[in-house]
Amino acid sequence: MRAKDVLGRRGEELAADFLQAHGMRIVERNWRCPEGEIDIVALDGDALVIAEVKTRKSLAYGHPFEAVGADKLARLHRLAAAWCRAQGLRMPLCRVDVIAVVDDGIGEPALEHLKGVG
Amino acid sequence: MALGRTYSVALVGLNGYIVEVEADIGQTLPAFVILGLPDASLNEAKERIRSAAHNSGIPLSRRKITANLIPASLPKRGSGFDLAIAMAVLLAANDIRPTGRTVFIAELGLDGRLRPVRGILPAVMAAVRAGYPEVVVARANVAEAELVPGAQVRGYATLARLAFDCGADPQDLALDFEPQSEDSDGTGTGASPALVPDMGDVSGQAAARRALEVAAAGAHHLLLTGPPGAGKTMLAERLPGLLPDLGDTEAMEVTAIHSLCSLPSSSVQLLRRPPYENPHHTATAVAIIGGGSGLPRPGAASRAHRGVLFLDEAPEYDRGVLDALRQPLESGVLVIHRSAGAAAYPARFQLVLAANPCPCGKATGKGVDCICTPTMRRRYQARMSGPLLDRVDIQLEVERVSLAGFGQPAAEEATATIAERVRAARNRQLDRLQPFGMETNAQVPGRLLRGVLRLDAPTTRILDYALERGVLTARGYDRVLRLAWTLADLARRDVPDADDVGQALGLRQAAAASP
Repeated sequence: MRAKDVLGRRGEELAADFLQAHGMRIVERNWRCPEGEIDIVALDGDALVIAEVKTRKSLAYGHPFEAVGADKLARLHRLAAAWCRAQGLRMPLCRVDVIAVVDDGIGEPALEHLKGVG
Repeated sequence: MALGRTYSVALVGLNGYIVEVEADIGQTLPAFVILGLPDASLNEAKERIRSAAHNSGIPLSRRKITANLIPASLPKRGSGFDLAIAMAVLLAANDIRPTGRTVFIAELGLDGRLRPVRGILPAVMAAVRAGYPEVVVARANVAEAELVPGAQVRGYATLARLAFDCGADPQDLALDFEPQSEDSDGTGTGASPALVPDMGDVSGQAAARRALEVAAAGAHHLLLTGPPGAGKTMLAERLPGLLPDLGDTEAMEVTAIHSLCSLPSSSVQLLRRPPYENPHHTATAVAIIGGGSGLPRPGAASRAHRGVLFLDEAPEYDRGVLDALRQPLESGVLVIHRSAGAAAYPARFQLVLAANPCPCGKATGKGVDCICTPTMRRRYQARMSGPLLDRVDIQLEVERVSLAGFGQPAAEEATATIAERVRAARNRQLDRLQPFGMETNAQVPGRLLRGVLRLDAPTTRILDYALERGVLTARGYDRVLRLAWTLADLARRDVPDADDVGQALGLRQAAAASP
């Protein structure tokens, strides 16, 4: 595994713990389809949450949130629909969340959570 | 608080409006949106502000920033809003203390320095008038902003310094950054006064010299006709030197217009000398009158406000350009409408026209060398329309300099001497005309000339005769009277005598025969 994948993996672990700590139920991790990958699928009460996790070691190359552009956001919404189709589910409440993890490997990692973006 | 509020000024022509800048930080993905009809240069402010804030040590929030410029329906343009938006965003992020009613007008550099913008003078005037006397500008704009009475101006070199004074945490601020400004010491370009040509250089041409003096004294419009090389341009260039210094209000008006037109510079002073504009005859109506896309910009006529607009080779101008001048000659103001709104620019200038007598330029004196047909000559003269020439009080033919008048060095009167007489004559006019709300003889309407200021019959006999014979129209009659008053003012007489009237008629010789 390459270093960046290790970092991303750790970020996703931290994000999943974070969501669970905030009362959400993790449904699925790293779900893939031809269109792409969903990092975390979770349930927040009745709402389906499609969570994208972005992890960085430092802010030197910009904030993790800045890496989520308009087309990535659009893809996440398409993936949300694709996941529901694949499960044969109809989810009236569905949203896309983005979680930024800044982890320099020394101090406490910093997590930021944006709900219902785009 | 996720909402910040600051103030800036939007200029529409010379009128400024206070613009309220609101900034909101929303909990969603990073973005920067500017609302309120920004133009392209204002939309680029996002990138300037982000970089400037980052390089000043106070990076902007990593969330969605929405800046709203109120009133939203007023189109806004230019980079002068950069600072106000940046401060509103910092305020929304709680990085600084509220700034109250302070008005911010400056452009931001990527390194966080404040850059001067054009039009500071009218913008600060508007802010003070609207009750926002506290103004923050770039250091290079301080001199200009301080020209406005009542303004409390603060100048800053960098965003970091300003943020520090507004209570930002000094730990991260780039306070030791001190930009080496190329134009902040006042020794840069534009500091040396332009060399004004002197009347002492003009040899001979006694009649033209006299006409120029009269034109300067009474603010009369002037037409010089004559063959090439007679010195029409030379004479016209020397008219601004004869005019008296501008008063306080006039100087502010002139400086405000030039502040809009010129690139920002720190060596701005109140323009005390009447401006001189000398456009080329290929100029379009827009170049002379003002205009351009979006919000209209001032043209040569407005830049010549309270000064001289010299149109050399006047018949070569497009007829439409010349006729477009009729309105400002009448009202002293130009209102220009464009898609983004209407702008009013003052344009009370003294018009000086120069023209050849015919296309070949040789129809002077007996005109034996002239190769033009009478039709060509007539058509050439007709390019300057009657209604335009109607407004020109002095219409003079300039002859070629004769050998007798040429080559006598330093025999002629210098500008300073003549300007002194002009100033005295202007003062006499002011004393007489102030009760009527006028300043110069050129402004006096015929009603007044033939009413309160009526001359007795023996004095105007020669005029009455000319009118009776039909060589002088009623309008021409009024114009001769105006000139006669100016001649009397120059001669320090309280009322024109028959001699003044006769001389005035002579200055109108070319026009006496025309309508």
